[in-house]
Amino acid sequence: MNDSRTPAQHPGFYALLVLLVVMSVGPIVLMLVTSLRLNVEIMSDTSSLIFVPTLRNYEQVLCDVLWYEPKGIDSCDPTFARALGNSLFIATIATVITLVIGCMAAYAIVRFRFVGRDGLTLATLMLRMVPPAVLLVPVFGIWTFQFCIGDQCAAGTHWGIILIYVAMNLPFVIWILQSFIVQVPIQLEEAARMDGAGPFRTFFLIVLPLIRPGLAAAAIFTFRIAWNEFLLANALADRKTRTVPVTIVNSLTEYNIDWGVIMATGMLLAIPPILFTLLASRQIITGMTAGAVKG
Amino acid sequence: MTIANTSRLTPYLFLAPSLTVLGLALLYPVGYMVYASFLNWNPSQHIGQAEWVGLRNYLFLINDPSFRESLFVTLKFAAAVVSIEMILGVGLALLLDRQLRGMTLLRTLFILPMMIAPIVVGLMWRYLYHPTVGPLNRSLSALGMETVPWLSDSGWALVSIVIADIWQWTPFIFILALAALQSLPKSVMEAARIDGATGWQQIWHIKLPLMLPVLIVTCLLRLIDAFKVLEVVLVLTNGGPGLSTEILSLRIARTASEFRELGKAAAMSNLLLLGLMVLTAAMFAYSKWMETRAARLRKAAEADAA
Repeated sequence: MNDSRTPAQHPGFYALLVLLVVMSVGPIVLMLVTSLRLNVEIMSDTSSLIFVPTLRNYEQVLCDVLWYEPKGIDSCDPTFARALGNSLFIATIATVITLVIGCMAAYAIVRFRFVGRDGLTLATLMLRMVPPAVLLVPVFGIWTFQFCIGDQCAAGTHWGIILIYVAMNLPFVIWILQSFIVQVPIQLEEAARMDGAGPFRTFFLIVLPLIRPGLAAAAIFTFRIAWNEFLLANALADRKTRTVPVTIVNSLTEYNIDWGVIMATGMLLAIPPILFTLLASRQIITGMTAGAVKG
Repeated sequence: MTIANTSRLTPYLFLAPSLTVLGLALLYPVGYMVYASFLNWNPSQHIGQAEWVGLRNYLFLINDPSFRESLFVTLKFAAAVVSIEMILGVGLALLLDRQLRGMTLLRTLFILPMMIAPIVVGLMWRYLYHPTVGPLNRSLSALGMETVPWLSDSGWALVSIVIADIWQWTPFIFILALAALQSLPKSVMEAARIDGATGWQQIWHIKLPLMLPVLIVTCLLRLIDAFKVLEVVLVLTNGGPGLSTEILSLRIARTASEFRELGKAAAMSNLLLLGLMVLTAAMFAYSKWMETRAARLRKAAEADAA
């Protein structure tokens, strides 16, 4: 980028840019700042911009998993730390399963001709828009009464929640990966087949490494939905399997909201997606545009 | 494009895991929901014990003023957010479509809001809208102006959730519109410039018409998503005050968990799903139509050249 290619812009243009950045990041920064203050200070009438940041809220939320004994916290509530563990487990496993079986299905749709191919493409497209609210009633009923092995039903277990997250994300993952698999040169696969590799080996050793950007995008989108989802987790999880969004909403219904603590929990929930965005914004944008533009 | 001489079974082996999961955990529940919408069913019952009531749930909904109110609120919300976000997003894309040094960083910052959990977005805005300690009202009173009852007034509450949604989702339209703009053929823009088209003429007569296919798909995607919004509203207002912000998906959740009427909730879900299916089918038909039109134009051009 030399100066001849970037002509000087109108100063108002830069003012607009600054305004846009402040507007889009401002609320997030405010949440971070609030999470570093004590509730007494947040609620006081004379709030000033200058304050001494404290990690007390985070210590209180994570007290159960800290390696040191935090000072000044009389009672330790392990709810949130456990929810964090649940969320991590559920989102990670759901992402891995969705990706593995999703890319196999996408590959079959792109590279093979078989009976029902067009119907399947249409079905994945239509299933993509089924919202969690619509699934609430049937999933609650089926998971509580029908998907049972012996006495143990799917509702209330990690695997029950993982199953519905995989199903919810599959149509989108299949769809988005198709557009990446189409771009893999077919000669590469033919060469591998000539050398005697079976379809599964060709797929896992040749195709998968080539569509890594697509896999990254699909992984981030799946993880984000599984990590952020509230409604179905709320209906399915019991005391032991609650995820972070569920605990946040539960603590909101209490009469006195401790804003410092709740903002700390919100921040902890927001940190993984923010990290992904900062690390892989290019893949996210590619995934988003591939999903809409090539529809 | 297909690889010959593979076993007929291979594609089905690749598909089997996905088909199993989709069938068990998505198709079956949707069918189950359609069936449940004809039942009088509460959560403590097994579905087999529920009483068959035929179309009574649907008849109840049609005559239920609060369901109609909720439908109306949903339509108002969707229309407001989609139109405002389209105008803002496309406008910003047209403004920012130039050689800029920090564009990558800028786009990264812009997509942050939509990556964050809707629950957290609701939390953030609930704090911002707080009547006394919220930064918005604090700033207003510091400037000597009247404070706004953001979430406690039935008129303002819908505006407040619309603002929060605009904050979260305008970047989506901005990113897609920008991608569409940057993939426009350079030669066309060049020709327009040489012919002396002004900036506005370029936008109205060239850029926007060429972007239209992408914009329509984007608009439909946003519309579908707008009908799915739930968590932000749940955290911000929980549907209140009164029914002023009780959008349809929230009403489904409350009918199921608070009023314990699973049959009616299923009937509502069914209606919502039908609406979304119409939108999706419209999107699908539109992109198919564009494809065939493009193919026909290409063929015509080739015939002309020959």
